[in-house]
Amino acid sequence: MIVQSILQIVILVLIVVGAALAVWFKDLLASVLALAAASLLVALEFYLLQAPDVAIAEAGIGAALTTAIYVIAIRRTARKEEE
Amino acid sequence: MSNHGMSVIVRTVTRFVYGLIILFGFYVIMHGHLTPGGGFQGGAVVASAFALLLVAFGSAGLKGRLNLHWLQSIEEVGALAFLALAFLGIGTAFFYNLLANSGGFLFGASVPAGANAGVLNAGGTVPLMNWAVGLKVMTGIAAVAITMLIGSKKEETE
Repeated sequence: MIVQSILQIVILVLIVVGAALAVWFKDLLASVLALAAASLLVALEFYLLQAPDVAIAEAGIGAALTTAIYVIAIRRTARKEEE
Repeated sequence: MSNHGMSVIVRTVTRFVYGLIILFGFYVIMHGHLTPGGGFQGGAVVASAFALLLVAFGSAGLKGRLNLHWLQSIEEVGALAFLALAFLGIGTAFFYNLLANSGGFLFGASVPAGANAGVLNAGGTVPLMNWAVGLKVMTGIAAVAITMLIGSKKEETE
């Protein structure tokens, strides 16, 4: 039980770190990858909270599809964020 | 890079992986009434395989293999199949599960009482509705990704 609590704290901290990195990066492709990592960690947290149904949906939509659409959009526009 | 997809590493890994992703998505849809997941989740997994193909190979790798009109037609078929299955039990009530425990070969087997591993050939109209929703979700999201890819191509040539 205590192991699971520590694991959840670590995952939640990593989610916040991933979201902060997504804002902080100037390279938009790296930013999108940070967002995908945060989304994957959210899916893992859903699985730990006994909701595997939501975890599959989050991993499919949040980590895969939005990343693909963002990558397509970045490829058509600029990759670097302007100051 | 723009029209021919990504590097050779990404394309090789995609060739290995996308069949397995599609197979796992169909597994999630098929076992929707027994295990976590269902029509929406399995359809999203299959559509993510399509999106992976689109990102890795670009619009040059598309070559009309995933036709937008076909995808939209299959999406409408999924929605209409869901409604038709819901109207199947209209004699009793809307969404009445007519096929459950009918003893037939179409998901009609009866489930023994108590804890068991789950009977795949059971559930009546629920697995069929899972397939309808799965078809609609996978083709709909694939159509969104293809529209994103094709619609932004014109901007580049101008």
